[in-house]
Amino acid sequence: MQTRPVIQLTEIHKVYQTGEVEVRAVNGVTLNIMPGEFVAIMGSSGSGKSTLMNMIGCLDRPTSGTYFLDGIDISTLDRNERAVIRNAKIGFVFQGFNLLSRTTALENVEMPMLYNHARITNAEQRARAIKSLELVGLATRSDHKPNQLSGGQQQRVAIARALVNQPSLLLADEPTGNLDSQTSIEIMGVFQKLNEAGITIVMVTHELDVASYCKRMIILRDGKIRTDEWVAKRLNAEFELNKLRAAQQAVKLA
Amino acid sequence: MMRLLAPFKIAARALRRNKMRSLLTMLGIIIGVGSVIAAVSITTGATKQVEDKVASLGQNIVTVFSGNFSSGGMRGGWGSAPTLTVEDSRAIKNEVDNVVAVSPEVRDRSQILANGQNWNTQVLGESPDYPQIRDWDIVNGAMFTDGDVRALSKVAIIGKTVVDQLFPTDDPVGQTLVVRNIPFKIVGVLESKGFNLFGQDQDDVVIIPYTSHMRRLSKRTFVNSIMVQAADKESIVQVQTDITTLLRDRHKSAEQDFTVRTQLEVMQMATQTSRVMSVLLAAIASVSLLVGGIGIMNIMLVSVTERTREIGIRMAVGARGRDILIQFLIEAVTLSVAGGLVGIALGMVAAKVVAASTGWPTVTPVIWIGIACFSSAGIGIISGFYPAWKASRLDPIEALRYE
Ligand SMILES: Nc1ncnc2c1ncn2[C@@H]1O[C@H](COP(=O)(O)OP(=O)(O)OP(=O)(O)O)[C@@H](O)[C@H]1O
Ligand SMILES: [Mg+2]
Repeated sequence: MQTRPVIQLTEIHKVYQTGEVEVRAVNGVTLNIMPGEFVAIMGSSGSGKSTLMNMIGCLDRPTSGTYFLDGIDISTLDRNERAVIRNAKIGFVFQGFNLLSRTTALENVEMPMLYNHARITNAEQRARAIKSLELVGLATRSDHKPNQLSGGQQQRVAIARALVNQPSLLLADEPTGNLDSQTSIEIMGVFQKLNEAGITIVMVTHELDVASYCKRMIILRDGKIRTDEWVAKRLNAEFELNKLRAAQQAVKLA
Repeated sequence: MMRLLAPFKIAARALRRNKMRSLLTMLGIIIGVGSVIAAVSITTGATKQVEDKVASLGQNIVTVFSGNFSSGGMRGGWGSAPTLTVEDSRAIKNEVDNVVAVSPEVRDRSQILANGQNWNTQVLGESPDYPQIRDWDIVNGAMFTDGDVRALSKVAIIGKTVVDQLFPTDDPVGQTLVVRNIPFKIVGVLESKGFNLFGQDQDDVVIIPYTSHMRRLSKRTFVNSIMVQAADKESIVQVQTDITTLLRDRHKSAEQDFTVRTQLEVMQMATQTSRVMSVLLAAIASVSLLVGGIGIMNIMLVSVTERTREIGIRMAVGARGRDILIQFLIEAVTLSVAGGLVGIALGMVAAKVVAASTGWPTVTPVIWIGIACFSSAGIGIISGFYPAWKASRLDPIEALRYE
């Protein structure tokens, strides 16, 4: 049997009714994403990227169309069943970081495990949260609160939180949106490592060079898919990072 | 087990993060529960004191007073109408079942002289059964006898206060006491009993045979009252009924000219006040707890609105409506129960302070501690439910977008 798509969207529409005006945020998207893919969704502001991501992440329901996640028909699930799916299968990194303020990085990362179906002991929660923070290179800051962390560090806490329940699907809405180019490359490095480990990743980005770390690139316009192609010249984050460091070194030496 | 403990962990974190607000929210419940516990402790102590006093009247007592309290006011006061006789008391002893002791009682106040001192005190005429009826021991010497009653002997037993006044240093037994120029020989001293229900010193008393009192001192043919002791608690009512029937039959007057009171009735009358107090307390309690509950609901509603984003984040990572509901309910219940516990402690301390400064005894009934715990938990659930339900119904996307 051929491997089944993780994400199978058919004629997805999302219509917002604000007063008199009808906004077709997503307007007929059909899309299959296979396990192990690394997809970038691009498009201008307001083209429906976040709306689409929220529906893929089972946070929002399409106005019409069908969505199968891992073979499960999401449109038939109620809100609690969708919550369970979000917890077990999906790691979501939000456009804003959406961390709990006045809560340490470690507690933020532990949070999804509090709602896990499986019984996880306190010690194991801690161990897993720390492992997750290590994965994004932030283990030393585990007892810092979000307001004590830089934007890039907060973004990594958000990624660590998305990974802690070992999801098979990682969704990220502009994970590098507010980051400088070096930090962006570092984050893409983390993503590439995760993808190599077998996690399917779908991320939204505005920047073409960020998209070129992915394997597949989809461009939305007015809620419709305009372009869907494989990334031709894929970049390697580790390599790019070394190149960047060398360049910085050269500037300093000069 | 983790899934059971997780909501407590989340609630504890949320409350710790907002310590001052949590404390202020609890204040309503603390004050409510605290004042209730303090008031209950004080009234229960007072009631217990009254009950002890009533018990100090003796065991299973039925008292017959002359006159009828329930008709036409209290003409001349209790026990003043000349209707009861020594024969009535004899008839009660002989004809009523389950009567173990009877004492006709004659009361008088007199100036008494002894040992070169004088003192104004109550002089009672009683039968030898009296100490048994009143459950009152003779600590020195012995009670006078039936022989003394028949012989109209000039003998007396005296209370502790009289001893203190007239014989501060010597042994009073064997000494002489003069009442209205008649010398009585002191044969016994009663144990100290303290003040009675009406604040009278029960130890300020001289007791002589009722015959001696009626013939030698007061020159009366009627007694003020008759004290009867029933065999046990169960027979009190029967004894009361039988005495009523017997005396009505004997007196043959159109209107009942005597009153029969049992100790139970006295107890009920005496505790009436504290029962009224209890009802009042319950009312105060409900009002203050209601106010506390509204305080909690108010803060929880504010908290839900304030934490809309947090709720959205939790839902986004997989919290179900139920998880959010439980989280906020537990926060509310934690607040109210913690407030309740602090209130119980403070209420008991306040009662102790009152006890120390006024000398009233205070008793905190365990049941009220239970009621306080239970109702504060209940208030938490009731006042927390609506905000928690509201939180659980939020849509994750809209909650995340909330500013
Ligand atoms: N709750 C809503 N009510 C009404 N309209 C909405 C709502 N959410 C989104 N929209 C509209 O849907 C369209 C798509 O929005 P969306 O957030 O998906 O854009 P986006 O591609 O993520 O943009 P950006 O790059 O700025 O994040 C926009 O025109 C927006 O105004
Ligand atoms: Mg967006």
